[in-house]
Amino acid sequence: MDTANVEIFIKGTANYFTEIAGSPAEIGTPFLKEDFQTKGDFTGTIGISGDQKGCISFTVGKNMVQDILSQMGEEANEDQLVSDLVGEIANTISGNAREHLGSGFMISVPVVIVGPAENVHIPEKLTTFVIPLKWGGHTAYLSLSLEKLEA
Amino acid sequence: MKLLIVDDSMIIRRMIERNLDSSKFSEIETASNGSMAVEKFTASPADVVTMDITMPEMDGLACIEKLIAIKEDVRILVVSALADKSTAVEAVKRGAEGFLLKPFTQESLEEAFNEVLED
Repeated sequence: MDTANVEIFIKGTANYFTEIAGSPAEIGTPFLKEDFQTKGDFTGTIGISGDQKGCISFTVGKNMVQDILSQMGEEANEDQLVSDLVGEIANTISGNAREHLGSGFMISVPVVIVGPAENVHIPEKLTTFVIPLKWGGHTAYLSLSLEKLEA
Repeated sequence: MKLLIVDDSMIIRRMIERNLDSSKFSEIETASNGSMAVEKFTASPADVVTMDITMPEMDGLACIEKLIAIKEDVRILVVSALADKSTAVEAVKRGAEGFLLKPFTQESLEEAFNEVLED
């Protein structure tokens, strides 16, 4: 995966928080995951196929999701709603990337697991970039594990 | 006027229902995938539908064709995160009347919805 692709997801993530969460997120500098362990209560993962293969994961704490839900005018106490929004964030950021990556960037429906992204199996040969972001005093992580397939 | 909201995300279904003017509708139904939407639509066709694309069991593009086959004049607004032009073009080819990109605001939803109703 090249840095131009990372930039696409930075813009997509920033746009999501501006539109939905009521205020922009502070996007940190992306880095190679290597031994870094993302921290969070929920991870929403989108499988990628077509022109690229791999996955995109959004790892976030429950408190942050509850604050976003409050901004959206929702009751934030339902775990099912928290899990649903985590999946929807991963889905929206991944789907929006098709504006630049095209329809060959095929996304799956989201799968949400309880816990951080290391619980998601990623093939070892895939390089993972982590984009950290802060919003409302909370930190979340977008992990990009993608490999472009040769035509 | 009956509305059917089709999306696998509960939060999106709730957002659409909450942000549209409920006084316009005599009835609002929801479905979490294309198969469920076809089942509900067959039993009682809606006049207007909001349709996600990426869903389990049956995706939105396949579902649009099924609904149009049941009721040709149903008005369908696609509400999807898929931002490539070819998806929007394909949805319109299959019979959708409008396309709204996620994430959306209340204003953009109302605007897109009203355009679909006015067409």
